Parts: sequence; structure tokens; C-alpha cells
Amino acid sequence: MEIKNNGVNEEQVVYAKVLEAGMYLGLAILFITFAIYIFGIMKPAIPLDHISTLWSQPVHHYLEEINHNFLHLEQGPTGWTWCTLLDKADFLNFIGIALLSGVTIVCFLAIIPVLLRKGDKVYATMALVEALILILAASGILQAGH
Amino acid sequence: MDPAFAAGPETTMDLVPNDGTEWWVWPLALFVITFVMGILAVLGGVGGGVLYVPIISGFFPFHLDFVRGAGLLVALTGALAAGPGLLKANLASLRLAMPVALIASSCAIIGAMIGLALPTNIVQTLLGVTILGIVVIMLTAKKAEFPEVEKADALSSALRICGVYTEASTGQKIDWKIHRTPLGLSLFVIIGIMAGMFGLGAGWANVPVLNLLMGAPLKISVATSKFLLSITDTSAAWIYLNKGCVIPMMVVPSLVGIMLGSFVGVRVLKIAKPTFIRWTVIGILTFAGIKALTKGLGIELF
Repeated sequence: MEIKNNGVNEEQVVYAKVLEAGMYLGLAILFITFAIYIFGIMKPAIPLDHISTLWSQPVHHYLEEINHNFLHLEQGPTGWTWCTLLDKADFLNFIGIALLSGVTIVCFLAIIPVLLRKGDKVYATMALVEALILILAASGILQAGH
Repeated sequence: MDPAFAAGPETTMDLVPNDGTEWWVWPLALFVITFVMGILAVLGGVGGGVLYVPIISGFFPFHLDFVRGAGLLVALTGALAAGPGLLKANLASLRLAMPVALIASSCAIIGAMIGLALPTNIVQTLLGVTILGIVVIMLTAKKAEFPEVEKADALSSALRICGVYTEASTGQKIDWKIHRTPLGLSLFVIIGIMAGMFGLGAGWANVPVLNLLMGAPLKISVATSKFLLSITDTSAAWIYLNKGCVIPMMVVPSLVGIMLGSFVGVRVLKIAKPTFIRWTVIGILTFAGIKALTKGLGIELF
């Protein structure tokens, strides 16, 4: 087994570096978009003084209410609908959240070439399958709820 | 009985009425509380979610739907913050985590879908019982810091799941390997489902299985568990995110707080003694377990 960087496997180092970069990028975007939101640089879809009256309700009531009062979409903002609302400061925050939720997928894709070069087909396959599972979860195809 | 409990899952579960408090008070309080949680979560090898969900749903005016969504993102982000440092220090093992993650993350998707369909009080009661059960196992365990593994099993040998790390508190090099891999991996089916169902991280179950059952040293178990959460919780978090259970004004202060806390926690973990970590895990789990159980049963204990 190829060992580098003070006893740490090469693929582990690659994974860590990609994870670190994605994490910092996601965090930076999160800081910036949240600052835009709370300092009123862009207008939110849901006014700040209204949000505290909504977060105590079940999710389906919350979605119905914000859609009826503020968004006026055909359906509530589930799945990837937030991508169509990026001109609103509150939904802009979903960019950072999605990046942080998606960086692991990139990590697994990044280590596949390393594992294949080392001839570790079992772990390369595992990394590919894991990435596909996470992509499926992120896709919004899987529906859940009452 | 708590009226919210009697009325079932569609009822608002918050204990704190909307008393006209300024909107910014709650996000600020979330930031402070989650910063402390971030430090404790790394030391305990648990996702911040296991602390976040019972505490925030108990003492903040947010509905449990959003608390569970935020809890998963909190656990995930805490793990993302800690992950690179733990991997580079060779405390977290990618080779150990990958087969486990494959099973746990698939099952977390199923768990999230079940959890969003089940009555809330049932989910919370089961969660409390489970966590307290884990506490009992950890309290009765004899050799947890450096478990004896006489021979690696065939599966872990084939997958080359082993490693070496330096115990910073003693300077000793520790060679480690694992056993009972098939049984351990099969338990992650249940752990994954429960993680997604309860809307929290799975460190509370990862550590005992990796350490007590599979025989990984406690520090390796804690660190690998923490890293593992970044994978397991990603899959479940996406289900909650796509369902609409994410309010940025709740999530972002929590995420930032937990990440900053995790940065501090990783530095403490490198020099902390295993015994201290073990008791931290037990203390955190006991509190979280009692809170979840009493909430599920509609008893307002604290």
C-alpha cells in the first residue's frame, strides 16, 4: 500500500484537501450571503420580522404560508426551487448550504483516479457508488413526508 | 401530558410561546449555544445534531421539522470542519470509513424518509431509549481506549483496514486493526436508518460500534466517527433540504457556531487524554438521551 505524508494514505490526503477547500469555500459563501441577508443589502422573499412568526409551524404549513403570502409560485419552494429564487437574500443562503452539503460528492469523485492508479479497484468502486448514492439523495427524486 | 405530545406530529412542538421577542434574539442565541456544542461534539465523537435536536427543540420556539433539518446540517457541518484535520492527522481512517459510509449513508436516506412520515413523539421516544442504551453499553465496557484485537478478520484484512497513529498524550505509536467487521458493518444498516429517522448525527452509535465491537482504538473511533458523519449526514440532509425543512435564519447561525466550535474542538482533541474523551461522550449522551426521552413522553423534566 502506498503511504505518503507521514503515514497517511495518498487518497486520504487528496480527500482531505478537497474537503478542506470545499468546506472553506462553502463557509465563505455562507458568511457573505448571510451578511447580505441580515444587513439588508438584498431584499429577502420573507421579511425578517415575519420569519419568527413562521418557524414554529410544521413545514407544510410554513411552505404554504410563505408561498401564499410572499412567493406566489405554482408549488411551494421544495427541492431545487431555491435556484429560481436567488434574487432574494434569504434563498441566496442556499448556495452555501448546498455547497457544504455537496462537497463530499466531489471528494469521492476526486479520489477515484488515485485509487485506480494504485490498482485499488474495490475502493474505487466504493467511492463511485457512494458518489452516486449522494447524487441520488441530492437530486430531489426521492420524496418523503406525511 | 404535554398537549403537543397528545396532538401528534402535526402540532407545533415548541415549549416556548411567541412572546414578542425580537427576531434577532433567537439567531444570536443559536450561534452562542452551537459554538459550545461544536467543541463538545468533536470531543465526544458525536454529531452536533445529537445535542442540537433535543436542546433546540426543547428550549427554542422552532418547530421540530426545522430543528431536525437544521440538526442534520449542523452535524454535517461540524463534521466537515473537523474532517480535514482528522484525516491529515491520521486519526480518522478513510479506509475504515468508506465501507461503513456506503452502508450508513444509503440507509440514512431510507431513515430520513421514514422519519418524515412517522409521528414525532414516537421518533423522539425511540431516540431517547436508544441513546440511553448506548450509554449503558459504554458504562459497562471494560477495555475501550485500546481494545485488544488478537487477529484481524478476513474481511478487514482483505480491505486492508488498519493503521498506525501516535498517541499525543504519551508519544506512543499505536498499531491498530479491527475484527468482527461483517457484524459491525451490518449494524450500520440500523445506525444509518436511525440517523436519518431521528434527524441527527450518528456519532452516538458510531463510536461504540467502531470501538467496542470492531476494536478500533477510542481516538480512531471518535475521529473516524466524526469524519463519517460528513458522509452519512450528507445523504439524509439532502432529503430534509429538498423537503423544505431548512430556514436559513435558523441554519446559518447554527452552522457557523458549530463550525467555529469544531475548529477549537479539533485542537483540544489532539492533546486530550482518551479517558477524558470517554467520560465526555458518556456525559453528553446521557443528557441528550434523557432530554429526548422526556420530550417524546411529554414530560417536562428540564
